[in-house]
Amino acid sequence: MEMDGLLTYGVFFLTQAGIYAVLALGLNVQYGLTGQINIGIAGFFAVGAYTSAIVTTHPSTAHLGGFNLPFPVGVVAAMATSALVAAAIGRITMRLRSDYLAIATIGIAEIIRLALKNEDWLTNGVRGIPGIPRPFSETLGANPLISLGVVLGFVAFAFWMVERARSAPWGRVLRAIRENEDGVSAAGKDVAHFRLQAFVFGASLMGMAGALYAHFIGFISPEAFLPLYGTFLVWVMLIAGGAGNNWGALVGALAIWVLWSATQFMTDALGAEYATQAGALRVLLIGVLLQVILIARPQGLLPERGARKH
Amino acid sequence: MVTELLQLAIYGVVLGSILTLGAIGVSLIYGILRFAHFAHGDLMALGAYFSLSLVAGLGFPVWASAPFAIVGAALAAIAIDQTVYRHLRKSPPIILLISSFGIAIALRSVIQLVWGPRNQVYASGIQIPWRFEGLVIKPDHVWIVLGAVVLVAALHLFLTRTKMGKAMRAMSDNMDLALVSGIPSERVIMVTWAVGGGLAAVAGIFLGMDTRLHPVMGWSVLLPVFAAAILGGIGRPYGAIAGGMVIGLAMEMSTVVIDPTYKPAVAFALMVIMLVVRPQGLFKGNA
Repeated sequence: MEMDGLLTYGVFFLTQAGIYAVLALGLNVQYGLTGQINIGIAGFFAVGAYTSAIVTTHPSTAHLGGFNLPFPVGVVAAMATSALVAAAIGRITMRLRSDYLAIATIGIAEIIRLALKNEDWLTNGVRGIPGIPRPFSETLGANPLISLGVVLGFVAFAFWMVERARSAPWGRVLRAIRENEDGVSAAGKDVAHFRLQAFVFGASLMGMAGALYAHFIGFISPEAFLPLYGTFLVWVMLIAGGAGNNWGALVGALAIWVLWSATQFMTDALGAEYATQAGALRVLLIGVLLQVILIARPQGLLPERGARKH
Repeated sequence: MVTELLQLAIYGVVLGSILTLGAIGVSLIYGILRFAHFAHGDLMALGAYFSLSLVAGLGFPVWASAPFAIVGAALAAIAIDQTVYRHLRKSPPIILLISSFGIAIALRSVIQLVWGPRNQVYASGIQIPWRFEGLVIKPDHVWIVLGAVVLVAALHLFLTRTKMGKAMRAMSDNMDLALVSGIPSERVIMVTWAVGGGLAAVAGIFLGMDTRLHPVMGWSVLLPVFAAAILGGIGRPYGAIAGGMVIGLAMEMSTVVIDPTYKPAVAFALMVIMLVVRPQGLFKGNA
């Protein structure tokens, strides 16, 4: 590869890793801090992506909107919509145990996926939404470096928010809920209320990541949100990096993204006739990796500071 | 209108039979190991594909391939438990749940690698259905319902008449008491996986007969299977029968009023309503 190609790839690579980092931070609020299992990450991600796309694209008869509003409005709208979806479902499920919540999130993601595919008036169905503007492209041009800068800026912003939340008394309550729900309840805290806040906060970050993805790729369709792989990769990232540790979420996102991309180079070498098998093989490898981590190093690369040893 | 509803009810009972077989496994595993087994749908798919190999490769009839698929899926379930879940028995159940999510993905990848990503069927061509008074019943539908009834009856005898079955119920009812009374827990766990895996294989084969085989078939059916298990009271295998039938009937009958694409949403809605109104299930579960 030439120098230019390498640089372009590097920018592309880091931008995607950054989007995954935001997702991993969102999951860290839900699982790492609070112990909630969300198997529907791809659903919230998709809601964010579609919201921002509808808000920022030119008016179209093919789908709702677009409303031609600037990129920051799209991101805020994406976060708000994801948060709303999370709040609606969270109000019902927050009093349940974590495994019931996990099952419920599969349902949410599935319903969102079906709606994206079938509600043509809203999303243009399987044909998707094209022409989503790059961030600030009207003033700064469509340089991929600018997209990268914007994404990294959002990663830093998300990290700052989650880290503040974690070290604040609010975050301590969440971790206490994770470790001993009855104790927190006995101390007079409304456990369900705190859980709901954490779930909504995490989901809004996932919506933010969705918006970044939509503006970075420029075109979204239900195909782009293969529910499982998105959700699954984010889980492996957080577990590998260290659940409960925000640095762990960042490191895990980068490390697993490097691995995931490296396996693509390896399987590309097999040739196009094995493309589908190669894809399955990559997923299988990551699936095995998750088991190895859970058994050999469940605390991840960067363990949570002050965590109780299991 | 009445005929249409009756027809949908027939489809509902067929789907309910399939869901029941899956949900019994989920419930048994939950009762013994205390975690929601997210790879159960993909275990169903694996069983269905084992059967396909014998049907398409060696010319077996589907019914004759079933015993091999049952043994294959049971062995696969035991192997997964021994290589992965056994090392996580001391971890919180939440870790086992995440691990089984990873296993689900891995199983699906294996299916894609071995059998390919496209839709497949056991027998091409259209079965000649029986018609009564405007109702259409395919022979496969009868086999599915009969097969489920026979298996549920066999499971009932196993749980109530054999020592191992009683040990399983004892562990599910009161783990500590069962352990101090000398029940060999690791052996019970192994049998639980064998029974759950075997039933999952049959459920997968039936699902493949009723629709088609596809690597994602297991994951798509996971939500209704869990809904059935929760409705019946998770950890209660008998409740799973009622849960499976209610979910199956509701999913099929709902197509009168809503777009059939949203059938999974019906299962989801019923499950959520149940969790809010009566989280212990129709029959008291281990919740």
